[in-house]
Amino acid sequence: MTETAQEAMISVHVNGEMRTVPGGCSISAMLESIGLNPSKVAVERNLEVVPRSSLGEVKACEGDRFEIVHFVGGG
Amino acid sequence: MNAPQSVAADAWTVAGRTFTSRLIVGTGKYKSFEENAAAVEASGAEIVTVAVRRVNIADPNQPMLTDFIDPKKITYLPNTAGCFTADDAIRTLRLAREAGGWNLVKLEVLGEAKTLYPDMRETLKATEVLVKEGFEPMVYCVDDPIAAKQLEEAGAVAIMPLGAPIGSGLGIQNLVTIRLIVEGANVPVLVDAGVGTASDAAVAMELGCDGVLMNTAIAEAKDPVMMARAMKSAVEAGRMAYLSGRMGKRRYADPSSPLAGLI
Repeated sequence: MTETAQEAMISVHVNGEMRTVPGGCSISAMLESIGLNPSKVAVERNLEVVPRSSLGEVKACEGDRFEIVHFVGGG
Repeated sequence: MNAPQSVAADAWTVAGRTFTSRLIVGTGKYKSFEENAAAVEASGAEIVTVAVRRVNIADPNQPMLTDFIDPKKITYLPNTAGCFTADDAIRTLRLAREAGGWNLVKLEVLGEAKTLYPDMRETLKATEVLVKEGFEPMVYCVDDPIAAKQLEEAGAVAIMPLGAPIGSGLGIQNLVTIRLIVEGANVPVLVDAGVGTASDAAVAMELGCDGVLMNTAIAEAKDPVMMARAMKSAVEAGRMAYLSGRMGKRRYADPSSPLAGLI
């Protein structure tokens, strides 16, 4: 992947939907841009759980598939 | 000693955690979060089951369950409802552990949508993997004493046989196998699914179960908060009846008034 001088936008899948985020942004930054509090959700990236403690460091990459979940009512 | 004191002293322990209430309630199917929270309060439950689902990224500011039922006060037991394979259930619980930080989880792997009967082959497989990864799974299962033994050997911290299909409200269909599971288990046994009304919960407790887990029986009652209170009483009544040692059954009558001194 070639780097441009400008921050390139990248495409990622979030809960099955395509989203465009700035290249090199952390998962925390991505969550906040969607309006989510990183401390209230759990994140899976390409089928691997991303520990909450590393959400600020792990960067979103082109084509990543994210699942962002939380607790809802259930039996 | 009066009855409430004896119930309070009669705690139970699962995976090293001790609880006073023997009623676990679900948080699905309620009309509102407010009603759900009021029913949990009325039930006296210290554990609630919750599901793990995608956040609605189109509307991230929707109210959340955790805003109404405080996970610091009530133990959240994440479930795997809707999972039909061991892999899906394991994936769900790995996320649940990250979301909540809890190892105590409810495993259910379903076999088919029509009956929501557990797939025991997948359930056993998932139990083995989860235990290796440090989870403490309470496992929903068929009312089969052999399957229950196998789950316990695999490391299940509680055995949770169905009384009847999930959401059916039919009551406990096989008293004999539930009792056999209770007699054979060295971990807590809770009837999970099938309870429809208070007497069903009492029956489960009279059989010697350590607790009862229910959702629909409360959520679909016309007055869920009152039914939650009824279930709390029923679980306590059934437990006390079990501990008190019921009278033997006779085939014929035995008068309660003395025969001596009849005029």
